[in-house]
Amino acid sequence: MAKHKTPLLDQLESGPWPSFVSDLKQEAAKRAKNEKGLELQIPKDVVEDLLGVLELSYKHGKTHWKHGGIVGVFGYGGGVIGRYCDQPTMFPGVAHFHTVRVAQPAGKFYSTEHLRKLCNLWDFRGSGITNMHGSTGDIILIGTTTPQLEEIFFEMSHNMNQDLGGSGSNLRTPADCIGQARCEYACYDTQDLCHTLTLEYQDELHRPAFPYKFKFKFDGCPNCCVASIARSDMSFIGTWKDDIRIDAEAVKAYVGGEIKPNGGAHAGRDWGKFDIQKEVVALCPTGCMKYENNKLTINNRECTRCMHCINAMPRALRIGKETGCSILVGAKAPILDGAQMGSLLVPFVEVNKDDGYQAIKDVVEGIWDWWMEEGKNRERLGELIKRQGFQKMLEAVGIDPVPQHVKEPRSNPYIFWKEEEVEGGWTRDIDAFRKDHMR
Amino acid sequence: MDQAEAQEKIVTALKAKLKSKSKFYFNDLSGILDMKPREAKKFINKMVEDGILEYWSSGSTSMYGLPGTGKQAGAEHEEK
Repeated sequence: MAKHKTPLLDQLESGPWPSFVSDLKQEAAKRAKNEKGLELQIPKDVVEDLLGVLELSYKHGKTHWKHGGIVGVFGYGGGVIGRYCDQPTMFPGVAHFHTVRVAQPAGKFYSTEHLRKLCNLWDFRGSGITNMHGSTGDIILIGTTTPQLEEIFFEMSHNMNQDLGGSGSNLRTPADCIGQARCEYACYDTQDLCHTLTLEYQDELHRPAFPYKFKFKFDGCPNCCVASIARSDMSFIGTWKDDIRIDAEAVKAYVGGEIKPNGGAHAGRDWGKFDIQKEVVALCPTGCMKYENNKLTINNRECTRCMHCINAMPRALRIGKETGCSILVGAKAPILDGAQMGSLLVPFVEVNKDDGYQAIKDVVEGIWDWWMEEGKNRERLGELIKRQGFQKMLEAVGIDPVPQHVKEPRSNPYIFWKEEEVEGGWTRDIDAFRKDHMR
Repeated sequence: MDQAEAQEKIVTALKAKLKSKSKFYFNDLSGILDMKPREAKKFINKMVEDGILEYWSSGSTSMYGLPGTGKQAGAEHEEK
């Protein structure tokens, strides 16, 4: 028998999709039975109360949660988000219901053993409810009380080689795609770069001194599987400098139907015979491909790395050999003000493991210095770029303007020179001027 | 400026504003110290480590305050 009646939540279970309400009920029943005989460190009926408070919120049409607080683990300014219920008498199990952000491993590769350890710890010291890799990307453990926080952190950091993630005005938990571990499109080792920068910038991750949140995301290729171009303040997208490699025999095999296009995806219905002209060449956004006399050619100088042809015929077309990454800055995905995509800052940089990615670190630190000094409180990097101008940022970080920075033909016909850029500055010899121009 | 001097400046400034404000942005603190953010961070980190300041986080934004000040500490039963 459920502790609270939840008719509105029950209705959610009737839809065609898996329901979080069913999941929560299952967890509530598991905690009630406690078959493992755990000495549960937070109230046994925490999940029941969570369902109860959610039902009440649905009924009232407003939230009963408060967030924020001084809770945290010693020395860390992030990783734990205080949450409290504003109806603690009615729902004592969730009176304190803090969120713990746990750093995900690079590429989100972990062993089942590690996951089991995390889950066991969370069953014992938390609510047992997790949110794996939601919009923040990290492992979110939902719901525990203040006294459990240090215990959880000790266990994770001492026995599980596991750190907390970022929250607040910090560098947030960096996220990357699976990269070269499993993907032939990856132009650099996303996992190594992500892991290296995570370790390098521990102070920025755990001790808040930024104006607001800051996110790194690493995509191995322009397919952008972690959506870095849309969701990170600084986005690292794999690219190549030379030409797309064409295997003419494999192209023929695609045209002849011996190899299925799109790696065999979208095979749920019969799309008819593969038509290279219609499905690849005509869809190239820059029109840089030709298929004539049974031969595919690409004008690589016009290619914008949209990846469509490579995705459609992965065995025939491969990324170039001279690989690196592009760095974009200023994306954000807020619900209220609207999303903003990243702007290209560095068209190509070598991803050089041997020197500890120094070229990349130089760009990162230049951007941070500028934003930390000029950014207003709660102003994202993208907003600062809009407020002060892209040019101002280039000057601050010492990067020379290049054609790739230009988004569109300018709409303002004036050029605003600086005094030091003009020969003689703003002062002039009036007598010399008067020689040629009468008053 | 040494650590003791920085601490004195911060504590005095924060106490003076206590009536109207108990939580401060990092920028407020580096402004009080009149330092660049990275330089100020070293002093502020040490003050947190020594328990002179404490973090406050809404989840999306972080702030700093003197321990035990503001509504939060009492209201949420977080007394240490």
